[in-house]
Amino acid sequence: MLNAIIPLLLDSLASAALIFFAAVGLTLVFSVLRVLNVAHGSLYSIGGYVAASICLFIASRQLNPYLSFAALLFSAVFVAAIFGPLIERGLVRWTYGKSEAVQILITFGLFLILEDLQRVIFGVQSFYEDAPMRLLGTTSIGGVVYLNYQILLIGMALLVVIGLRLLINHTRLGRLITAVVTDREMAQSIGIDTNRIFILAFSLGVFLAALGGALATPTSGIAPGLGADTMVLAFAVAAIGGLGQIEGAAVASLIVGLARVLAIYLAPSLDAVAPYAAMLAVLLFRPYGLFGSVTARRI
Amino acid sequence: MRTIPAAIAVLMLAVLPIAAPWLQFVLTLAIAKGFAALGVAVLLRAGLISIGHAMFFAASAYGVAFLARAGINDLGLLLILSVLAGALAGAVAGSFLVRYRAIFFAMLNLAVSMVFYALCAKLYGVTGGTDGMPVPVPAVFGIVFAEPVFKSVLFYLSLALMVLVGLAVQRYLNSPLGHALSAVNTNEIRLEYLGIPVWAVLLIAYVISAALAGLGGAIAGFAIGRVVPDFAFWTASGHLVLIAVLGGIGGVPGAFIGALFLELLHSAAVTVTDSWNLIVGMTLIIVIMFMPQGVYGLFARKEASSL
Repeated sequence: MLNAIIPLLLDSLASAALIFFAAVGLTLVFSVLRVLNVAHGSLYSIGGYVAASICLFIASRQLNPYLSFAALLFSAVFVAAIFGPLIERGLVRWTYGKSEAVQILITFGLFLILEDLQRVIFGVQSFYEDAPMRLLGTTSIGGVVYLNYQILLIGMALLVVIGLRLLINHTRLGRLITAVVTDREMAQSIGIDTNRIFILAFSLGVFLAALGGALATPTSGIAPGLGADTMVLAFAVAAIGGLGQIEGAAVASLIVGLARVLAIYLAPSLDAVAPYAAMLAVLLFRPYGLFGSVTARRI
Repeated sequence: MRTIPAAIAVLMLAVLPIAAPWLQFVLTLAIAKGFAALGVAVLLRAGLISIGHAMFFAASAYGVAFLARAGINDLGLLLILSVLAGALAGAVAGSFLVRYRAIFFAMLNLAVSMVFYALCAKLYGVTGGTDGMPVPVPAVFGIVFAEPVFKSVLFYLSLALMVLVGLAVQRYLNSPLGHALSAVNTNEIRLEYLGIPVWAVLLIAYVISAALAGLGGAIAGFAIGRVVPDFAFWTASGHLVLIAVLGGIGGVPGAFIGALFLELLHSAAVTVTDSWNLIVGMTLIIVIMFMPQGVYGLFARKEASSL
């Protein structure tokens, strides 16, 4: 039984790691900008499409296949550098201070636009390029074969948690972000350029989402509709952890991963429903998430 | 009063298919989506955005298909039962969804509708998977019409329902229960202090909105003759939100005007481009940014200034 569970566990943890990248970006953007970017999932799939295109290009030119690892990282930076400032300056900043309804509608409009743009540019066929996964090979422990790439994914996710914590607690930028999150007006009045922080935080969020998408290309591939699925899953994870909580998102993606293992093991047809069931179970008892704090209601 | 222009508009809609028969299908579908969008607009009054309402649209259309498979073959009975199915689905989903506000409400609606979509597409044995289920031509008061005649009957029935249900919803929105919705949007804690149970106000609104979406879904199922999981896809929910926003949250006619506008635009756009969601998304952003009162709001404002 253990031999059956452990590969399944690793598989689920690897996919949980991918969702974690999207969720932590979403939660970061939410805590700094106080806007839930409904189009966040599209940036994940755009990252995937860009990475797949570059990897396929590398393969077609028969360049050194190890370049595809650099390509995965580069595509995330590329998407963040283009879409981060563009979306934040062009669209999201107009919604600051507006009602949440307006923010949802505007980013939902963006979501529809981005999903259709991807369909127009990349077509409806799915992209799949597993060169990075094949290069890393497999490890066999106790007769069970593991994909090294999946272990890399889990390691990357841990690295992101630690990296973000270090960034926020120990760098100047992190302190500035904390100040803006704690009290936006006060931060502005003591001379912090909040607009710059917003652009940086939003781009960082886009980077994390695009990185998730890029890293997903070698394992699960990129297909139309991935953006919507990722968005909902990322939100589920962010909501379980508590919106705005980085470690919360990490723990929540673990929970979602384990819920999937359990579902696959007990009722395989309910595999897709498991994350939402976990979300509903958590939100019914803690509407503000596991690590979220209760905010006072306005009178 | 606005009765006369509204009556003229309905009359024009009634004679339009005689002049241009191809419009009949487009208009039937527009009215169907108008019902669903009206449901979204009801919740919008309370500041709640549902990006999952296509679920109830699809649930009721599937309900019709299942009932038809079980041997029920009367249009009136099918419509009533399917609306009840929509309302029942709304009561179940609403009972836990109305606890949430803003982002959580929007995203949980989306999540529930995506689970529903996934189940419809995956349970091949029950729902026919992505092939969907056929919706046969039912009997109207015991008379079985040929398909083209039935489609005409369906159109005029939907038109009549639009007026009747529209008036009923208007009454609901003007009742204390309806006004409580905008009060929830303004300040729900005050409402609680006044002794009004907010969750009951919202649950009633949610069930009504689901029933409206259900009515629309049943009509769309009859008009198309088939129900597929795509009825429940999130882009369909997105269109409903756009229609509700286009029409403005001001009035009942807004939802139908928005639906007509969008359906006509759609049938014009498909000949040029297939990037329909791109247009929908852009229109949504432009409407929100530049005319937050909606298209209907433009007319309403003109009327107000002339008084």
